[in-house]
Amino acid sequence: MTADVADALAEMRALIGVEQYQEIGEFPVERSYVWTSCASVENGNPLYWDDAVAEALTGGPVAPPSMVSVWFRPHHWAPGRTQEALPLQVHFDLKAALGLPEAVMTDDTIEFHTPVRMGDVLRTHQVLRSVSDEKTTKLGTGRFWVIDVVYANQDGELVAVESYTGFGYRRGEGSAS
Amino acid sequence: MTSTSVEPQLLLDDVTVGESLPALNYEVTATTVVLGALATRDWRPMHHDKDFAVERNGTQDIFLNTPNQAAWFERYLTDWTGPHGRLARVTFRMKSSVFPGDTMSLTGVVESTSVDDVGCGFVTVAVTLSVDGEVKTTCAARIALPLSADDNPWARRGDQWRPSP
Repeated sequence: MTADVADALAEMRALIGVEQYQEIGEFPVERSYVWTSCASVENGNPLYWDDAVAEALTGGPVAPPSMVSVWFRPHHWAPGRTQEALPLQVHFDLKAALGLPEAVMTDDTIEFHTPVRMGDVLRTHQVLRSVSDEKTTKLGTGRFWVIDVVYANQDGELVAVESYTGFGYRRGEGSAS
Repeated sequence: MTSTSVEPQLLLDDVTVGESLPALNYEVTATTVVLGALATRDWRPMHHDKDFAVERNGTQDIFLNTPNQAAWFERYLTDWTGPHGRLARVTFRMKSSVFPGDTMSLTGVVESTSVDDVGCGFVTVAVTLSVDGEVKTTCAARIALPLSADDNPWARRGDQWRPSP
């Protein structure tokens, strides 16, 4: 490990437990996107398609719980934006700081709290939980990290906590720094 | 709106530990992958650009992204539970990727049933997404089910809803 990488690693590890990137969703939760999601996996759950069922069970339409992170991914383009907007910025910070050009997500845990309703504008923050020592897998050599994303609605109610494990790496043998 | 009574499709008492959920088989195409990526607002090129996936990620093709797999798992579980089923917690582990041309197979086994301290019924299900018998992703899911015809896990709020045991 070079001195630069050691410094970068120490800098990243100093952020463990710190709330980063408090953000507010770019757009309100909307039903058409719920249908787009349901259509992509042929999900016919009447809770999302039948107003009477939604009214009876959830007091009106809700979004599928598994969509929670969808409400936070920025549009691919927005007027006036000069930098590429990346969801899960901490993940990309780690890749850049540690000089790991490729990355995959390996584990993902989501705990669902208050249902997401149409018109909600969600807010979120990210918390780095850990960065591993260097490891070699079939993909290459790099490091595993765990990032929590905490989602709340506009009333401050906890909506979900998502915990991602990522693996940032360099491809091939002998390329580890 | 007038109140409609919706009969639960599945009650906690209907479920036996060790029982298998009906399997779901689905032929994945490039459209499945791209549709899933766009539906989850994931614009990263390895989910729509085959050249990028091959040259940069070193994979054989574009592949299903994680949030879309989450949507597949949710659909699989709620096909079984019906609309009363309320997802509490899921843990995915991605072992390898799912590509166009794969026939993915979702299967599930009930691992436990329980009623928590505030009277909410839960099942845990081990769901597996595999292709040609090779496990691609596993999902450990905890999902609430009604205890009786007039019970509704979605009605729980605040301290009455405990998604983690």
